[in-house]
Amino acid sequence: MNARRTLVTAARVLTQLRSDRRTIGLMLVVPCVLIGLFAWIFDATPAFDALGASLLGVFPFVVMFIVTSVATLRERTSGTLERLLTTPMGKGDFMMGYALAFAAMAVLQAVVATAFAVYVCGLDVAGPLWQLVAVAVLDAVLGSALGLLASGFARTEFQAVQFMPAFVLPQFLLCGLIVSRDRLPDVLGRVSDVLPLSYAVDAMKSVTLDRSPGSDVAGSAGIIALWVVASLVLGSLTLRRRTA
Amino acid sequence: MKVGEAYFHHMMKNAVEIDHLRVVRGGRVVLPDLSVRVPAGQVVGLLGPSGSGKSTLIRAVVGVQVIQAGDVRVLGEPAGSVSLRHRVGYVTQSPSVYEDLTVRANVRYFAAILGASPSSAEEAIDAVDLGSHADTLVGRLSGGQRSRVSLAAALVGDPELLVLDEPTVGLDPVLRRDLWNLFNRLAAQGRSLLVSSHVMDEAARCDRLLLLREGQVLADATLPELLDRTGALDAEGAFLNLIDRAEEAAR
Ligand SMILES: Nc1ncnc2c1ncn2[C@@H]1O[C@H](COP(=O)(O)OP(=O)(O)OP(=O)(O)O)[C@@H](O)[C@H]1O
Ligand SMILES: [Mg+2]
Repeated sequence: MNARRTLVTAARVLTQLRSDRRTIGLMLVVPCVLIGLFAWIFDATPAFDALGASLLGVFPFVVMFIVTSVATLRERTSGTLERLLTTPMGKGDFMMGYALAFAAMAVLQAVVATAFAVYVCGLDVAGPLWQLVAVAVLDAVLGSALGLLASGFARTEFQAVQFMPAFVLPQFLLCGLIVSRDRLPDVLGRVSDVLPLSYAVDAMKSVTLDRSPGSDVAGSAGIIALWVVASLVLGSLTLRRRTA
Repeated sequence: MKVGEAYFHHMMKNAVEIDHLRVVRGGRVVLPDLSVRVPAGQVVGLLGPSGSGKSTLIRAVVGVQVIQAGDVRVLGEPAGSVSLRHRVGYVTQSPSVYEDLTVRANVRYFAAILGASPSSAEEAIDAVDLGSHADTLVGRLSGGQRSRVSLAAALVGDPELLVLDEPTVGLDPVLRRDLWNLFNRLAAQGRSLLVSSHVMDEAARCDRLLLLREGQVLADATLPELLDRTGALDAEGAFLNLIDRAEEAAR
């Protein structure tokens, strides 16, 4: 690992993103629109307080998953990855560069979406707001890391997009957003205990419902962080210097 | 270049040494058993019909090709070694640069990875004559301009060996002449170059020619030697003559 190469790669990815205004717009506006829609659907019921928080955990994850897996796949198919791997660039530098760039994007997205949920939609948050933002950022980094991993298994951009439902939808169904996790059938409950998005949503719920959620959030955050590290390590294994 | 390195470079006879290289791609034997040398400090042209294995050979030299057997040594080290990554510049056949970055941002990024200064990025941009387009997005450039950005990104670290896969494709005669002047100048400074090409009149600019057909070396000689051997008047004639003879022999 080399700090300079990691940082210039992160800076390069952010510069590329900046030239694509529409993608940035979508990353910031879409979560707000969906949260707004949810608030409206559950108007005058207390359900929004529980669901709204979970959504804040799910969006950054899904959006970053898609953007990252397509961006890295483009790097593979355009030949730039082949070229980079003939330079002193390490696989870890490459993965961390991407993760850092999207983490920076995630901070922006999390701040905008949280502000919208709290100040516009009236989401009640019992715990400290900064923890909500911190968890959202961690969820986004998780999405990026899994997206990097998934792109290693895709040969075309069509396949990469198909990985979204394959990787994300099962986690979405099992994360406790639709049916609370303790009411899932036994086997599904155990599967849900392993999947990272479950902890993303758990952490969000603790922050919104609990006045001082510190240790609960820290536990979930720890598991998410483990998943992030594991995905980045596995993902860097899918980067092959030599190909057929 | 450090003093010790320069000394080593001076002593080295061959920039690339390939022995009994065998490469199978997608179930096809592309290079059955190839042995060849690229002398240091020269421009070696890699010529051959489409599909003859030029890009495959080049990929083996830069260490991105899975090989089945054989030995590829580059600047005295096994191809793809960590220590070679500062010393070898590679240009892929289709331009591999970022379309959503400007010319300058692309070249500076590759410079930063190699630890080269931003001013060396400017020099590389000037060397490929893109100074007036430095702030244009690569996605808005013509095909020939894009391949020059790709070349600039390989020149930027001042590598000892440049491995270029059809760097002059789609360029006009003036630009091609300028780039070949650059290649010859680099060789005169002691750099080694392996350059694949489809354009036969470029053979005249190479110190040596490697003629590939179906993964086999048909000729490994200087242009005068080739003309002498075939009785042809130019590189294209010699090339066709050798291919025809090989086809005859295969029948
Ligand atoms: N990605 C690949 N997967 C499988 N086989 C491949 C792949 N790329 C090339 N080949 C095969 O390898 C052989 C040699 O290809 P190569 O690209 O080395 O030729 P080339 O001499 O560079 O041709 P051109 O002048 O058209 O660039 C071809 O027969 C081709 O079918
Ligand atoms: Mg080729």
